[in-house]
Amino acid sequence: MDDTEDTLLTQAGADIAAAADVVQLEALRVALLGRKGRITERLKALGGLAPEERRSAGQRINQLKVEVTQRLETRRTELATQGLNARLLRERIDTTLPARGQPVGGLHPITRTIQRIESIFRILGFESVQGPEIEDDWHNFQALNIPESHPAREMQDTFYLLNGAQLLRTHTSPVQIRTMQERKPPIRIICPGRVYRVDFDRTHSPMFHQVEGLYVAENVSLAELKYDIQQFLSMFFERDIKALFRPSYFPFVEPGADVHIRWNDPTKGERWLEVLGCGIVHPNVLKAVGIDSERYTGYAFGMGVERLAMLRYGVDDLRLFFDNDLRFLEQFA
Amino acid sequence: MKLSERWLREWANPAANSTALADKLNMAGHECEALPLVAELPTHVVVGIVRETHNHPHSDHLHLCQVDIGAEAPLSIVCGAANVATGMKVAVACTGARLPGGVTIKPTEIHGAHSEGMLCSAAELGLAEHSDGILDLDPTAPLGADIVKHLQLDDHILNLELTPNRGDCLSVAGLARETAALYAIQQTPVVIRNAVVLQTSRSVTIDAGDGCSHYVGRVIRGLKPTARTPDWMRERLRRSGVRCLHPVVDITNYVMLELGQPMHAFDNVKLSGTVHVRRAGAGETLELLDGQDLALTPHDLVIADDRQAVALAGIMGGMATSVTAETRDIFLESACFDPVSVAKSGRAHKLLTDARHRFERGVDPALQRRALERAAALILEICGGNADSISEAGRAPAHGLDITLRHARVSRLLGCDIPAVEIPRMLGRLGIETQSAAAGAWTARAPTYRYDLQQEVDLIEEIGRLHGYDHIPVHAAPASLAPRTLPETVRSLDAVRATLVARGYHEVVTYSFIDSRMLNLFAADATPITLDNPIAATMDVMRTTLWCGLVSTWNYNRQRQRQQARLFEAGACFEQAQDGEVHQAQRIAGLIAGNAEPRQWGQDTRTPDFYDIKADLDAVLGTAAHQATCEHASHPALHDGRSARVLLHGAPCGWIGELHPSVCDALGLPSAPVVFELDWDTVCSRPLPAYRPLSTQPAVRRDLALKLAADVTANQLVQTALAAGVDSLKSVEVFDVYSSDVGDNALKSIALTLVFQDNSSTLRDEDVDVAIQHIVAHLKRSLNVVVRGAGEQRT
Repeated sequence: MDDTEDTLLTQAGADIAAAADVVQLEALRVALLGRKGRITERLKALGGLAPEERRSAGQRINQLKVEVTQRLETRRTELATQGLNARLLRERIDTTLPARGQPVGGLHPITRTIQRIESIFRILGFESVQGPEIEDDWHNFQALNIPESHPAREMQDTFYLLNGAQLLRTHTSPVQIRTMQERKPPIRIICPGRVYRVDFDRTHSPMFHQVEGLYVAENVSLAELKYDIQQFLSMFFERDIKALFRPSYFPFVEPGADVHIRWNDPTKGERWLEVLGCGIVHPNVLKAVGIDSERYTGYAFGMGVERLAMLRYGVDDLRLFFDNDLRFLEQFA
Repeated sequence: MKLSERWLREWANPAANSTALADKLNMAGHECEALPLVAELPTHVVVGIVRETHNHPHSDHLHLCQVDIGAEAPLSIVCGAANVATGMKVAVACTGARLPGGVTIKPTEIHGAHSEGMLCSAAELGLAEHSDGILDLDPTAPLGADIVKHLQLDDHILNLELTPNRGDCLSVAGLARETAALYAIQQTPVVIRNAVVLQTSRSVTIDAGDGCSHYVGRVIRGLKPTARTPDWMRERLRRSGVRCLHPVVDITNYVMLELGQPMHAFDNVKLSGTVHVRRAGAGETLELLDGQDLALTPHDLVIADDRQAVALAGIMGGMATSVTAETRDIFLESACFDPVSVAKSGRAHKLLTDARHRFERGVDPALQRRALERAAALILEICGGNADSISEAGRAPAHGLDITLRHARVSRLLGCDIPAVEIPRMLGRLGIETQSAAAGAWTARAPTYRYDLQQEVDLIEEIGRLHGYDHIPVHAAPASLAPRTLPETVRSLDAVRATLVARGYHEVVTYSFIDSRMLNLFAADATPITLDNPIAATMDVMRTTLWCGLVSTWNYNRQRQRQQARLFEAGACFEQAQDGEVHQAQRIAGLIAGNAEPRQWGQDTRTPDFYDIKADLDAVLGTAAHQATCEHASHPALHDGRSARVLLHGAPCGWIGELHPSVCDALGLPSAPVVFELDWDTVCSRPLPAYRPLSTQPAVRRDLALKLAADVTANQLVQTALAAGVDSLKSVEVFDVYSSDVGDNALKSIALTLVFQDNSSTLRDEDVDVAIQHIVAHLKRSLNVVVRGAGEQRT
């Protein structure tokens, strides 16, 4: 017994601290605390000591054992942490590399615009209704107070099908007619959809989109129309819009109006710009669908989706909407 | 319509400048813009007379002129115009003159000849874009007078876009009535002196009573051959964009612009007998003034003499009876033709004239006599001659409709209260007479020129217009709503759009009409609907599939260096059924083309295949995907081995597949896109979820490797396994497919995972073994499927 417990502890402590990995540490544990370990041997040797000496030596050696065990454990934790950190470092990746898989797509700006219009009118209590795009003369014209040979028919040059038996709707108003035939007032609807006119240049497309609206109830006047249009325009353009209502003519409304807003055009400066048409539903229209025009009155309005989208997003050529160039579409994704 | 502002102000002259006047008209519903006649008023341009002309010694087209402008000495001016002549009154730009284009006039030498000014053309004065020769002024134009004053150049052009219901405003008289009403001022209409009559005229008769309500005419004899249209009239016509042709024609055009009555003058000598208004006979023809030969139909209303048709009523006169330089006697027509008749003929023969434009909007049915007297007075004054008496057929109404107007209705439609005393006053300004009827109501009598006033609402609009739409209050609607929402069992298209967008798709919007040749590639078996009047040959049929638009869009983008695209469109397709019925179906279709995914550093690029787009099809189907199956079927646009009809609950609802190689070749596509198309109305419905209790028992999974004939489909295998009659079999999934290692082309190998679960008890291995044996036996019997090697594996 040349070594004191102190020197043994000092040496063991140094060895443990120097252990480079868990294998070395385990070897140290066996050498110290294993069945033939130096500390185990000392414990075994206690039996040969005098009883009074045995008690104090036993205390010291046990203390040593506790101390060494603790240092081994501390070192083991240290080594495990180091090992894990080293692994994490090894496994490091370049997080700036691009992702795998599909980038997200996008809605067409026309759909996006229609969805916005629908969501605004939903808040105002309007339901969105759809209808056929191939129509007959009655629903597209006659029921709307546009008899044959009416000059207004030339305002919307028509595509005919099946030798004139059918036509492509020139506005979504026939959906209003169909809805009024099916339901009783109050009716509060908007009708978004494709419409067709024989016209093709920078500002006209043979196919475009409209959202028309209709409100028929017991006391509907120009004043309510003005309110709803004003609300819609302010929400759509996200600013306080003062809409200017100017008398105009559409055969299916009387009184009729064009709605203008102040618009700052980069090239033409600030000016009044026509954004939609509207009016009080003509009694002849209500009569055509069997609604009592004495009891009920209504208003109707119609707007061009492309026009609103062009204003909102600064698009300057209508044809872009139908070219579907992905460089264009991606700007609305 | 374009109109001189000065002309309008002779009739109604509000205390407002040009801009304010245009604004006022705008706010009353008449789209109007006031533009200065000339950009800049010319200075030092005066009326002169050409005293002498000589040819320039050194030029074969220049003239040396001596021009008297009322000064002491005549001016020497070199002029290149071919029409310059001795005795002609001309507009002379003197030294120091400044012309609208910015040109200033200085004394100069032209080919060695001294020139002290310039003789002006209309273009040089800013009155026209181009002109042939110099302005030929009235012989009576005062020498030395400032041209600005003589031609009233200090004027604006009112450019009006009138709505089709206000044909009554298509004249100075009409616009003056409107202006006077808007400003509440008096009008000063032109005074018309009736002609002194010497003899009775050619008789007229209306044979087609529905085509013409009133026809008046008269002969004017002995026109002076030297008559010329005076400068003031020429200028007014010019400002309305009407060319001067012949004094008589110019006068009829002038009266049309002034009063709104289209008129026509015939060479009286070329007419025979009575003038008739009748329908054309079958096979009848007419050579029009513009030289066009018309084949008339019995729908056409014509003016005819006893022999033949001489004019297409209300649209254009005929060549044979037209007024020429030799004409001495004319027959002047002023009539009210039926708008529908004129519109139909005009449309059928594609003739757009000022007369048609007015007649199809409606002409004051009481205006004909007044217009005839006005034109006759002007003709007698300008062309000389004597007027015969007026012949008349049909009649002019004394007044327009009587309409009941209720005060309460005015407030109800306009949403504001306009005092009862105001209403007769407002209507009075528009020439509408009112008489009190029952309490709170009037009988309003419209003037004849306001044939657009048919109903109470028309009067209410007039009140609203005069009151000003801006003064109508803004009210929130009292909640009288009818809210409805989409049933939960119907999926929203917008939600499906969002799903596709999240899966990398861009939505496109393509034309509903497409090229029939392209459609033929995609749907040779469909019966498309052809447009009667396509706008282009490449847009001649309605689409029966959305694929044409998607593939064209891909091609468009591919040609702009796109490597890959996922595109979808939702919209209607159109087809004609056997019975002729038109079918319009909402569809949704998608396409993957180019690379399956964008090039990426960590994976190889590959072309998309059927299973790529099948995943998106499933996503579109949503929960319904479990009820949907793909069934091998041939489609003209799809690769025969890689195409399937999509069935939902056994009913066809769409197609999926790879584009046919020959379609790709025809369109120049280097690789085949994969596509799907679904009938939205079929796939949009979904069941309302119905809760089923969750099993507390553990599930057992077994894998099974099977060998089977190559033509047995995975779906057949799965369905057969499920149909084996084992209640505890909850699901069957394909997890592997091998075809190369079977060593026989007619065979393939498929591995299935079977999941067993009992709702009430824990399954024992022995139970599952029995079930597997049962399923294997059933597969053997039904599909001749055999278990391949040691397939069993517990997990």
